[in-house]
Amino acid sequence: MAWSRREFIVAGAAAGGGLLLSCRIGRRDDAVAAGTFAPNAWIRISREGTVTLVVSQVEMGQGTYTSMPMLLAEELDVAMEQVTVEAAPPGPAYFNPATGFQATGGSTSVRALWMPLRRAGATARAMLVAAAAKEWGVEASGCRVERGTVYCDASGRMLSYGQLADKAATLPVPDKVPLKDAKDWKIIGTSAKRLDSPGKVNGSAKFGIDTIVPGMKFAAVAASPVFGGTLASVDDAGAMAVKGVSQVVRLVDAVAVIASNTWAARQGLAALAIQWNNGPNAALTTADLVKQLEQESAKKGTVARKAGDLAAAMAGATTKVEAVYEAPFLAHATMEPVNCTVHVRADACDVWVGTQVAGRAQATAAKVTGLPKDRVSVHNHLIGGGFGRRLEVDYVTQAVAIAKQVDAPVKVTWSREEDVQHDIYRPYYYDRISAGLDGNGKLVGWSHRIAGPSIVNRWAEKSLSGLKAAGLSNLISTIRGVDLDAVDGAIDTAYDFPSMLVDYVRVEPAGIPTGWWRGVGPTHNVFVVESFVDELAAAAKQDPLAFRVGLMKKSPRAAAVLELAAARADWGQPMAPGRGRGLSVQQVFGSYVAQVAEVEVSGSEVRVTRVVAAVDCGTQINPDIIVAQMQSGIIFGASGALYGEVTLKDGRIQQSNFSDYRVLRINESPLIEVHLVPSSEAPGGMGEPGTSAVMPAIANAVFAATGKRVRKLPISTALAG
Amino acid sequence: MPTLNVNGTSRDVDVPDDMPLLWVIRDILQMTGTKFGCGIGACGACTVHLDGQPIRSCVTPVIAAAGRSITTIEAVGDTPAGRKVQDAWLDLDVVQCGYCQSGQIMSAAALIASNANPSDADIDNAMAGNICRCGTYVRIRAAIKKAAQPPAVAKGA
Repeated sequence: MAWSRREFIVAGAAAGGGLLLSCRIGRRDDAVAAGTFAPNAWIRISREGTVTLVVSQVEMGQGTYTSMPMLLAEELDVAMEQVTVEAAPPGPAYFNPATGFQATGGSTSVRALWMPLRRAGATARAMLVAAAAKEWGVEASGCRVERGTVYCDASGRMLSYGQLADKAATLPVPDKVPLKDAKDWKIIGTSAKRLDSPGKVNGSAKFGIDTIVPGMKFAAVAASPVFGGTLASVDDAGAMAVKGVSQVVRLVDAVAVIASNTWAARQGLAALAIQWNNGPNAALTTADLVKQLEQESAKKGTVARKAGDLAAAMAGATTKVEAVYEAPFLAHATMEPVNCTVHVRADACDVWVGTQVAGRAQATAAKVTGLPKDRVSVHNHLIGGGFGRRLEVDYVTQAVAIAKQVDAPVKVTWSREEDVQHDIYRPYYYDRISAGLDGNGKLVGWSHRIAGPSIVNRWAEKSLSGLKAAGLSNLISTIRGVDLDAVDGAIDTAYDFPSMLVDYVRVEPAGIPTGWWRGVGPTHNVFVVESFVDELAAAAKQDPLAFRVGLMKKSPRAAAVLELAAARADWGQPMAPGRGRGLSVQQVFGSYVAQVAEVEVSGSEVRVTRVVAAVDCGTQINPDIIVAQMQSGIIFGASGALYGEVTLKDGRIQQSNFSDYRVLRINESPLIEVHLVPSSEAPGGMGEPGTSAVMPAIANAVFAATGKRVRKLPISTALAG
Repeated sequence: MPTLNVNGTSRDVDVPDDMPLLWVIRDILQMTGTKFGCGIGACGACTVHLDGQPIRSCVTPVIAAAGRSITTIEAVGDTPAGRKVQDAWLDLDVVQCGYCQSGQIMSAAALIASNANPSDADIDNAMAGNICRCGTYVRIRAAIKKAAQPPAVAKGA
């Protein structure tokens, strides 16, 4: 993904003294139109020398509260232990240049901000040095900086950043400040310790669910079990008899019990007699939605990518292979259940929450309360697992609607069952794919039709300006009917296809909301593409590694990681019966990842015993966090590939908790080896790629072990069927 | 009114006997290090120690903990095993989102306290009840092994 951007740096005196520096990012058109630029990151240096970075990219495990400060600290010449991190409030100041609005997702944080934050740090450093030079009457070139202190070695003088802050704030902002050469980096490229570790190890870290506000009440909530249903009636006599219960709140599609603690609220909820109007989706089943996908995808879609003469290539092919691949609805099941604390007053509203989209949380609270946005304060928190769930604000909307009826701050905490059954699910995708091989087993044509909902479009309907800001290509594609996320990983594969067609059929399912899940578009596309390439290798009677490498002449970085992973995983060495190895390779999110999974299959039970990953993500900001993200993505993706499946019956989600929505546990966890390839290219994203890569690697390993090709996830269901 | 001994401090709590210990700790005592994850004892996020044994506080009625010694993540660092586990967690940067880690550390500390040299199978047995959606399992295993190592003997000069 590429985005045009310009960064602007402004500085001024911070309230209470010190240097306040904000790095502004915007596009020329926006600036001219609006007459202003939105700052993206804020540096505060107090007179005491404290360096505070307000981070727009929320921490949900991926390491932004460490990687973002590293970028700043490198150029500012301060030590990591001198940096304090604060969560950004909502506002255009913190728009993500990759998305055009305030959002953390899609593996964009480092990619979008690695230059702006370094420039912000370098500019602040230059001003602080200039202040010292002026004070001493020397040239700036005669000064050096170490750990936030400026030294003039010739005269033996020194001043700390804190001592220089006031003076620096009065100086002009330099237009152009050189960044350090990579060879001079002291922090970037090191495995600096995570700044969020201590609080998460001693229990003091505060997630949204840990919010405590004086006078706060606690709410338990039940929404209509059928999506689109409404509350018909509720008898609250039983609930009001529970000690601690103070109120029952009725919403259009939900009912909440307010109490002095969560347990009382939950007891009260259980004591309600609720009647629902189930609405039009009362009889809906997963099979209905799959049938709709099957029918709609029989029609031609909107062309997303076309190359060569596919018809002629297929007419001349000696072997034709075709398949249908299906990927199920998935829940996020973040460890921190959905929650939101809200205090609504006549003239203001406070929202305490963990969100990937603070601006959207503010906007929905403003809409529900009728207050102007600037009267809504969003206090963002650490997120106990995002994976896309916290890109949605449905739960903020609901909590504000509840709090509007309560004369106190109220913390709404969903039960795990509510969390699983009222998620915004990874869509069910239905893919028709075919290819032709010539007499030598060489691929001559490739055709891939993707059918599923457009998450981007749902967002765009809410914010066309956001989509426009995200780039002209996104806007044009959406108008044309192609969702670039839904086809990501399918249109720009690592392979050189002589002829190809990728088309997209938008199918919006009734009765189940759909949204992003870790790995976003590529999670399903890489599974389909890499599984089908494996099928073609088998049809061509070629080794899956050799077959892939033969198609990768134009993708040397992808080929390099594939060959590295294969070598480290002992590719080609014999395995015991019931065991197998599978490959995958991908180039998505600006990173190149190959994986080799090893499995052991016993009936429908698959154990992933080992995963070897090779990663070329360009410039490495923090290698240890890159390794951690690869480990993390592999476990998350393995859970999905092996067990993940959400199904509908009578319009209701059938899964409810970890007892029936199975996820990988430590005793099922594979050994994981991650090999990083050094590179000086621009950094790629790392939060998403591990998840998309591991699914086909496991499925291909299952094929190697059993001869059974899994075309419909999850693997456990496919093998049992 | 049950009397609880939490982290060495005695507290009277005016709650029903059947209220799960988790909600007493979080909502009544306002100690938020112990987390709610599933409510059915299936994920381990709510793990605390009761007389040194790891329990799922979300399915433990408060009355069952009355008069016994309760240790939470806020104080587990005061025990030798807890301190070693927390140090190993920091050394290896185990955490990601961190939400499950209080429970992971409580389970690991109980393991280390009772087993000075846990095997992989011991770790599996002790930790399989603790889910981590960020997939920190590789590092949890390594950190437990590190925590179990005897402290390096300083070499005399």
